[in-house]
Amino acid sequence: MNPKRKQRLIIVLGIVAGVSAAATFMGVALQENINLYFSPTDVAAGKAPLNKRIRVGGLVVAGSLKRGEQLDVTFDVTDSVESLTVQYDGILPDLFREGQGIIANGKLIESGVVVADEVLAKHDEEYMPPEVQDSLDKAKAQGKYSADL
Amino acid sequence: MFETIKLYYHKFGTPKYFYDLTSKMLPWLIGFTVVLLVPGVILGLGFAPMDEEQGHSYRIMFIHVPAASVAMSAYVMMALAGAIGLIWKMKMAEIVAKCCAPIGASFALLCLLTGSIWGKPTWGTWWVWDARLTSMLVLFFLFMGVIALNNAFESAQSAAKATALLSIVGVVNLPIIKYSVEWWNTLHQTASIKVTEGASMPAEMLTPLLMCIFGFYFLFSVLVVVASRAEVLEREQRSKWVKQLVMVE
Repeated sequence: MNPKRKQRLIIVLGIVAGVSAAATFMGVALQENINLYFSPTDVAAGKAPLNKRIRVGGLVVAGSLKRGEQLDVTFDVTDSVESLTVQYDGILPDLFREGQGIIANGKLIESGVVVADEVLAKHDEEYMPPEVQDSLDKAKAQGKYSADL
Repeated sequence: MFETIKLYYHKFGTPKYFYDLTSKMLPWLIGFTVVLLVPGVILGLGFAPMDEEQGHSYRIMFIHVPAASVAMSAYVMMALAGAIGLIWKMKMAEIVAKCCAPIGASFALLCLLTGSIWGKPTWGTWWVWDARLTSMLVLFFLFMGVIALNNAFESAQSAAKATALLSIVGVVNLPIIKYSVEWWNTLHQTASIKVTEGASMPAEMLTPLLMCIFGFYFLFSVLVVVASRAEVLEREQRSKWVKQLVMVE
């Protein structure tokens, strides 16, 4: 390769390396800010500020959903280590169900209690036709299929 | 082997040969696009089973996923072609890099719009500023920046130099898009098709999805080739071979 081209190649590679390094540092430094939501563990560790708008996310604990008057609902959200309670007054998204991942947007009023004004459903990467899900559920109920899906 | 690659590298690098070779390739590229995309879209939108949780709305992934994939690959191609143009001063690479920008921008926009339409019924919102959505929006802005920069210069040479630099700097965004869902908490789910682990969906959904993905790639190649040919003709309009070509036709 002639020296001039080699020099230009080195410059281009240098730019890529430099920008990647800068982006890595920024990503690491801004880790907390780039995360869309706090997990219940973060909240329990006191990382989430009180009385400020925050987002919390996790799985809805099975059996924790309680409906109050009109649209009032409360439910627990967990990341399988810690959990917290979400109070919400509004329409839940179609995909909301126990065991599903959700993200709630609201205020932490005391440790472990969030008053949400928006609840979003998080979808996982699994896609499954209803018939397949049905047969899996049946097999599970009969105890033939115990693997955790 | 190496000699053949070198020969084709030089042939594709010469505007006249590029034009001749792509004349022969174009019908094949169009053929593959139609053969993959038409049945892929029909199977995906009409015949694939619906999803247990999302119902029919998941079908937008047959457009959304290929569009996202092609938009990112278009950016890689634009940056690579830009770098080749910058280092080896290859004119053809500059032309291809220029033609990638508006096409890539269209696919990125398609990805953002279909994602937003899917997000409303699934998540309950059109948009959130999570890492995946934001980095994809940045990709779209990068494409727009390259287009704007291309048009800001009088001479094609300085435009190629400036846009190549911008494209190369923007490459850092690609791993961020790809791994955003793993590095940070996001609303967007992680990838459903992984090269190492296979796909987390049944074959009836995966087959049309793969057909759509490959079909979109062929569609992209057709668009880039057609746009590059037009650009070649315009830049080489004073050359003998273009004059002859026009006279004959």
